[in-house]
This record gives sequence, structure tokens and C-alpha cells, in this order.
Amino acid sequence: MIRLHPTMLRGLVALTLIAAAALPLLAPNYYVQFASKAMLMGMVALSLNLVVGYGGLVSLCHAAFFGLAGYMLGFMTPESGGASFWLSLPVALLAVAVVAAIIGALSLRTRGIYFIMVTLAFGEMLFYLFHDTKIGGGSDGMYIYFKPEIALAGFPLIDLEKSSNFYWLVLAMLVGAILLMTAIVKSPFGHALQAARDNEKRALSLGFPVFRLRLVAFVVSAVIAGLAGYLSAAQFGFVAPQMLGWHLSATVLVMVVLGGMSSVLGPVIGAFALIGLEEILKSSFEHWKLIKGLIIIAIVFALPGGIRQLAELVLPRRGDEGPPAAGTPADGTPDPAIRRAEAPGTNPQAQTRGEFQHV
Amino acid sequence: MDALTFAVQLLNGLQYGLVLFLVASGLTLVFGILGVINLAHGAFYMLGAYLAWWIAAYTGSFMLALIGGVAISFVLGLLLEEIFVKRMIGRDHLAQVLLSFGLILVIDEVRQILFGKDVHSVAPPAWLKGSIQLTDILSYPVYRIALCVVCLVLAALIFFVIQRTRLGMIIRAGAENRDMTRALGIPFDKVNRYVFAGGIALAALGGILVSPISTVFPGMGDGMLILSFVVVVLGGIGSVAGAAIGALMIGLTDTFGKVFFPQFSSILIYVLMAGILLWRPNGLMGKGN
Amino acid sequence: MSRMISSGSSLNRRSLLLGTAGLVTAASAFRFPTPAIAQGAPLKVGFMLPYSGTFAKLGKFIDDGFRLYVEQQGGTLGGRRIEFVQVDDESKPETATDNMNRLVGREKVDVVVGTVHSGVAMAMVKVARDTNTMLVIPNAGVNEATGPMCAPNIFRTSFSNWQVCEPMGKVMFDAGHRKVATITWRYAAGQQMVGAFGEGFKKVGGTVIEDLALPFPEVEFQALITRIATLKPDAVFAFFAGGGAVKFVKDYAAAGLNKAIPLYGAGFLTDGTIPAQGESANGLRTTLHYADDLDNPADRKFLADFKAKTGADGDIYAVQGYDAGALLHEGLKAVKGDWSARNDVVRSMRAARIDSPRGPLSFNAAGNPIQNIYLREVRNGRNELVSIAGQAVNDPARGCRVS
Repeated sequence: MIRLHPTMLRGLVALTLIAAAALPLLAPNYYVQFASKAMLMGMVALSLNLVVGYGGLVSLCHAAFFGLAGYMLGFMTPESGGASFWLSLPVALLAVAVVAAIIGALSLRTRGIYFIMVTLAFGEMLFYLFHDTKIGGGSDGMYIYFKPEIALAGFPLIDLEKSSNFYWLVLAMLVGAILLMTAIVKSPFGHALQAARDNEKRALSLGFPVFRLRLVAFVVSAVIAGLAGYLSAAQFGFVAPQMLGWHLSATVLVMVVLGGMSSVLGPVIGAFALIGLEEILKSSFEHWKLIKGLIIIAIVFALPGGIRQLAELVLPRRGDEGPPAAGTPADGTPDPAIRRAEAPGTNPQAQTRGEFQHV
Repeated sequence: MDALTFAVQLLNGLQYGLVLFLVASGLTLVFGILGVINLAHGAFYMLGAYLAWWIAAYTGSFMLALIGGVAISFVLGLLLEEIFVKRMIGRDHLAQVLLSFGLILVIDEVRQILFGKDVHSVAPPAWLKGSIQLTDILSYPVYRIALCVVCLVLAALIFFVIQRTRLGMIIRAGAENRDMTRALGIPFDKVNRYVFAGGIALAALGGILVSPISTVFPGMGDGMLILSFVVVVLGGIGSVAGAAIGALMIGLTDTFGKVFFPQFSSILIYVLMAGILLWRPNGLMGKGN
Repeated sequence: MSRMISSGSSLNRRSLLLGTAGLVTAASAFRFPTPAIAQGAPLKVGFMLPYSGTFAKLGKFIDDGFRLYVEQQGGTLGGRRIEFVQVDDESKPETATDNMNRLVGREKVDVVVGTVHSGVAMAMVKVARDTNTMLVIPNAGVNEATGPMCAPNIFRTSFSNWQVCEPMGKVMFDAGHRKVATITWRYAAGQQMVGAFGEGFKKVGGTVIEDLALPFPEVEFQALITRIATLKPDAVFAFFAGGGAVKFVKDYAAAGLNKAIPLYGAGFLTDGTIPAQGESANGLRTTLHYADDLDNPADRKFLADFKAKTGADGDIYAVQGYDAGALLHEGLKAVKGDWSARNDVVRSMRAARIDSPRGPLSFNAAGNPIQNIYLREVRNGRNELVSIAGQAVNDPARGCRVS
């Protein structure tokens, strides 16, 4: 993995932030809204990676937390005005946290494919709760006619109806989420979580409370996804059951894998790439879903090591990174036969197993 | 609810459950033997239905559509196994989930290009067209009863193959302990190919058999996919008997749920699944460690 | 190169590459549009319709109908050439706002024509109101669009859910039915249709013994059909459309219920679906603002031209698209193509009287059609006119605050 020189990295980050902050002043409204949408998806992907990449658990219910927060905003928005930001956001996040805690506590008792399926089941359960019953307007969804109001003692602070203000709020939230996630991942908690991912038995024998670690990660990631869902609902003024559906969960999973599971920023970039790609494809091809499907297959299939493989093919490796991973021929493509007999530590992607080898 | 209505609803639930079993049995075999999660299973169910419509429209014969559809799906399964699935064995679940998700999108669009996106109906064979009078106002379509019978026969056939043949023995061994079976020198590659193709063909067969009573429409695969996964997990991965029990439970829950708790019938199914999994984390008849 | 100190940074080459790729692809999607101010420039019409899914056929027919009208006028309306943009809304409410924003914000269309699904239409209405874009709805009957959410720039050339079903109440009562059960999908359109029927039926003294519903767009009706048999109503009123309509009518007949408990419905149950339904549809009576044998000059011309253009028989969906073109033409004619004179455009569209294939068509203050509602029966593979269930029926436009 290439490490950039710290100063160069800081410069790059600063430049990106400045460019991002300046966007609303330069681009037309549609693109500002588009960027907001992409950033919110980036936030969801970021949050899911805590569970999938760092936790090693493939969860297919993440969209449920995203959608649930959106619906909470919908419930709390009166027909005549906006909901109070200071009240509605914490309530929405609290609801998500509670639901995530319950789902997590029940799901984490299972392993491997069963975990995937149980999370899928819970996600679908929440989907049908909003789709079939009259709670939230059924399959047609619910409208949020006014954006939340950010006011202090009666004085409006930020008018979210202006798309540039909304964009800056989302940008700030995303940056905050990235910082939070980085802190989590580098903390002892994060290291313990990754240890449990790498080898659960060893982690248990070392005394780590694996179940609790994973549950906390599950809830924290759900809350961040909920934040994105709340803002997304505010942006579109509309919530629908599909915001909780497994198709969205799977799409976020694609973003995570596309961008790279071994870093905090990877999934965010994966989200941008996928959404940007979709936008282009949608306007160019009638059968854009076919291309999207083929790309997903190509990524999984031809680049089993993730996009890092593509990068390694394109850019020359630096010599001071240490020896290439065992079983990797010079050009960087792992040999399929060797890949089968994966030894732990060579291919981080394979370590995100949902299933544990009881050997 | 009087006895006759109850009996009719029971029959409805049974018929639904039997089709579900047919589709889910393919899925549980694929997952049990190959260890591969195939999210595209529902897409093959849909593909089978569209193939049936297309062949029946061309030839005018449902039986031809049945045979042709199954044959084409089997061959397609062999092809897919060779190209994709073989390389997915041993990979982590995440890769399998994503690959099959991509496959869904591709299959859906290909179907759209080949067959269009319209909704179609398929006529059942002429000798199964009528209805049997049950009460003075209610009759039951003969085809649905025939469907139950066919599914039961197929179920018996599957059980026979699994329990009484050598192939079945290999399948059961592989589901129990894949590595050991391989270590014993069983030619797994060939078995894998036929099991996968067989699983696909079963899903397609489900779609074909159901097409006269369900409309053939683009979204039909998605619902069936989730439900067959629920059945497989509920019954225990790799267990055909478990899939049978699970399918019947789901079919009956759905049918009676729609009548008694119309708004909650879908949620009930997931509550059922979650409950059973928490009691038996590996499914009703799964091979737990 | 000196050995790099691990800064623990989370950015690595892969992400960098990917990010650049993402930005480049997104940037290349930038198309700064040029507004068409000159009168000679074409008028951009954006179709947001279901080109896939259970309503795909409906979307296509609406599109074809609109284009047919424009072609009949020689490709221009009010002197302006018409340019088309298409977006497939897939009948999905969850992506509706996004799609509408793309049409309005990126493609910068002048008029949006759409859609079929009421949930999607509601999202479109909201965006149209926020951006003051002209919206002509060629099908979705959701009452709110010409009710609480009405606006000067919102028009409809189809119907309101209320309008089509309310007259059926009296029709079924007059046929001798007193206890009726209803069945539909559990979504806004279904509930409004069935609700309107109930209103009309109860007003003349009938009783609705049960409202059955299943989630949209499910088509596993067997359990509910069995329930109908248990309830033994005098008749059943159903709303389904597209693929669902095909299946329901077939299932109902397969269960033998159509002989003992007559089935009625909103016209969508049998419009565009008879070939697929076959003989199971025979004798079905429905109410709609169109029939297949209306036989007025406009209808004859429309059907002939539509058949020549597409090879298919025109139906209500094609008529609605066709009339949307006619309505837009009225507006453009009045201002000689000058789209910026918006108030005049709206006024002349609201006041339009169109000789539609469906009969005389005019609009109320909320932009909803005032039209005849016909009672039809399925005979000879067509919906044949039985009588006029309601003459010049106007939608009450409840909640609309536009004078």
C-alpha cells in the first residue's frame, strides 16, 4: 500500500476540502444537489465498512437504518412547517440505535451465512413494516414538505431550503463522520474489533469481549447510516419503503468493496465512483443496468483483490514497500490456485469472512 | 371460518408452499454442496417463466415449453458454472453476494432485451384447463391441483435421489463435510457442475410450472428469491427435508396471514424465520457445529 | 526515494485512483445547458413514464399518443418544433424525485409529461410546484394533484381517481346489488378508487361489507378470492391495472366466482388487457372516460392514425397522451409559441375545450378534466359502450386553493 508523504497528503486533503466547499459557488443547482446525494451515500458506505471491513461481518440490513431515520424525520415533521433539527435528529438517531441494538443482539448470535440471512431477514421485516402497513403511507411513501429548521431561541440559524446551505451541512457531517471513523478504527476498540475479525477464537482466548465489541460497532455504524438517512430524507422531501430495502443494502456493499474495505476513505470514494458512474450510464445507455451488472461482476471476478489490484497494474510499485504478498506473481494478479489455499494475512479482502473455519 | 373454507385455504397454502419448495430445494443444494451463495436464483425462476411464455407462444404447446425451458436452463446452468461459479467456490461470502447481485442485473437486462418488459400470461395445457366445483359458488382450478401433484412427485423424486442413489450420497457427504469428501477422492468438480445446473433448472422449472397461474412479469424473481432464502435458512442449509418443512411453514403462514392479518402477513414470515433461527441457529435441520 | 514514514493515513493509491476516476466521470457528465430563449428554438418536452415494469405498456402508449398528435400537426405546436427527452420512472416512487430533478434540473425541459403511477406522480407534482415547471399528467389519477396540491402549472388530461369510480356506485345499485365487497392494491390510487366507489354507492343506499386489499404490486390473489367466496356479496368492485388486472380477472374466473358474484371495476381492469384475459373478461362491466366503440369523428381519426403509426389498437392511455399534446397545443397556439408568456399559456390551457376521441373535454379550475364517464361491457373482445354513467362529470377538487 502506498503511503503518501504526510505533507503531500495534508496538502491534498486541504485542496479537496477547499474545492468541495467552493462547489456551490461554481456549479449549477442540480450538481450541488447531486454532490449532496453522493456525499450522503458516501457516509452510508463509510458506516457499513466498520461492520464489513473492520468487523468482518457481511450485513445485508444496513439500508434499514438509513431508511428508518428518514421515516422518523417524516413522522416528526408537521404538515405546516419544518421539524426542529435539534429535536428531530437526536430522536431519529436514538430510534435507530435502539433498533440496531436489538437486531444486533439477536443477529450476532449466528455466524457466517446465517448472519447474512438473519440481517437480510430483519432488513426485509422493517421494509415490510413500512410497505404493508399504514404506518408511513405504505408503498407510496411519505412526504416531508419542509426541511428541518435549525433555529436557536426562535432565530433561524441556517436555512436548509437553500441547496448550498444544505450542501455545506452535509459536507461538514461527512467530514465529521470520517474523522470519527478514523478515530474509532485507530483506537484500542478498533484494533480489538479487527483482531476478532482476523481470528475470533484467538481474540476470545485473549479475553476480548467479542460479542460486545461487534454489537457496539454494529450500533455505531447504524447511527451514522441513520444520520445519512435523516439528511437524505430532508433533501428529497420524501421517504419510501425502498430506502430500507435489501437492494440498497447490496448496492452500498458494492460501494464498500469497490472503494476498498481496508481504509476509512475507500468506501466514500467507492460511493462517489458508483454514483458518478450510474449518472453517466443512465444518460448514455438504455440498458445501463446491464453495464452496471457487468462492472460489478468484473470487479469481483477479475479483481479479487479489490481495486487496489487495478491500481497496482496501472501504477508501478515502489520498492520500499516490502515484498509482495505471498503467492502474488510479479504483475500483481494473484494466482487462482494459490488463492484457494489462502493463508491468513496475505489477502485482506478474504479476511472479511462471514464464516469461520472451525478447524 | 367454516371447515370447507379452511380446507380451501389450506390447499392454497400447500400449493404455494410446494412451489416454494421446488425453487428452494435447488438453492439449498447449491449452497449446501458448492458452498456458494447465489442471489441470482430468483432471476432464473423469472427466466424460466419467460422462456415458457416464449416457447409456448411459438409452438403453442405448454409441454414443449416445459421440456424446452428446463433443458435450456440446465445448459445455461452448466455454462454459468463453468464460467463463474467454479471460481467462486472457496471465495468469501461477500464476493459471492456481489457476484450474484451483478448477475441479477445482467440477467434482468438480457431478459429485457430478448423478451421485452411486458407482462404476459401462459395458457395451461388444454387437458388441465377446467375447474372443479367445490361449493355452489366456488370452484378450484384443476391446474393448481395438478401443480400440487407434480410438485409432490418431484419432491419424492428429489428425496429418492438424495437418499437412495450414489449421487445423493455424495451430495449428503459434501453437505456434511466438504473437505473430507474431497479428501476421499470424490470427483467433486463434476458433481458441482451438475448440482448447480440442476439447482438452476429446478428454479426455472418452478417458474415454468407457475406461469399459467401467475402472470409472467419482470419483478417476479425478486420476491421468490427472498422467500426461497428464508426457506433455505429456516430449514437448514443443505437439507432438502428442511427446505420442505420450511417451505410448507412459509406457504401456510403467508396464506393464512393474508386472511387473518392482511397488513402483517409478510412481517409474520420474517418473525417466524428470526424466531426459529434464534432457537436453532443453524436452521431446523441444519448441520450445526 | 526515502523510506516513507507510515503516517497511518487512510488514503492509499487505490482510493486516489478511484477518486480521480469518479471525479472525471462525474465531471464529464457536466453539461451546461443553454436555455432556449429564441422562439425558433425547439420546445423541450420531457416524458417521465414507466418504460419498464408492470405499467410499461401504458407508458409506451401514452408516449405514442402524444407523439402522434405532434406528428399530425406537422411536428410543430404553435410554431415551435418539439424536442423529446425520455426518463424511465419504472413506477418507483423512491426514485421519482431524483428522476424529476434530472429532467428539470439537468435536461432543463420546458414541460414535463408524466406519469402513470400515482405515487410517482405525487413526487413529480412536488418538484413541479417547487420549480414552477409545467406538468401535464397523462394518467395518474391521484386526487391530490388537482386537489390540495393543485397549482396553475399542473394539468391533467386523464382523470381523478374519484371521478372514474364514483358514478359506478349508482350503476351497481341500479343493477340491484346492495351488499358489495371491494378489492384492490393497498396504495394511494387503489384506496382512492375504492373510496370513491364506496362514497357513490353508500350515497344511494348501498353497503360495502368489506374492503379487501393486498400490497402493491402483489398478484397472489388466491387467498382473497377464497375470502370473497366466504363473504358471499351481491357483487364485487375491483381496481387493478396492467399485469395485475390481467391476473385478477383470470383468477376470478378460474375460481368460478364470475358466474355467481358479478365482477365490476374501474375501466383499468379491462383496458389494454382483454387479449391477455381472453374469455374470462367477457361480460365485465366497468366505468371509464372512454370506450372502444365511441364512434365520434375524432375517435375514428385517432384510432386509424394510431393503428397506422404503431400497428396497435389505441386505448385510453394513448388517448390521454394524445390529448396532452392537444392541450399543450392550445396553450402554445394562444401565445404563438412564446413560452415566456406563461400566464397566458396557463389561462388558455385551463379554458381549453378539446374535441377529444373520448368525447368533449374541458378542464376545471384545478386543471382536472371535465368529461363523460361511460359504462362499458366487454363484448367481442372490446369494451363496448352500454350507457353514459355520468355526463360531464367534474371532480370536486377538494382542498384546492386556486381560483
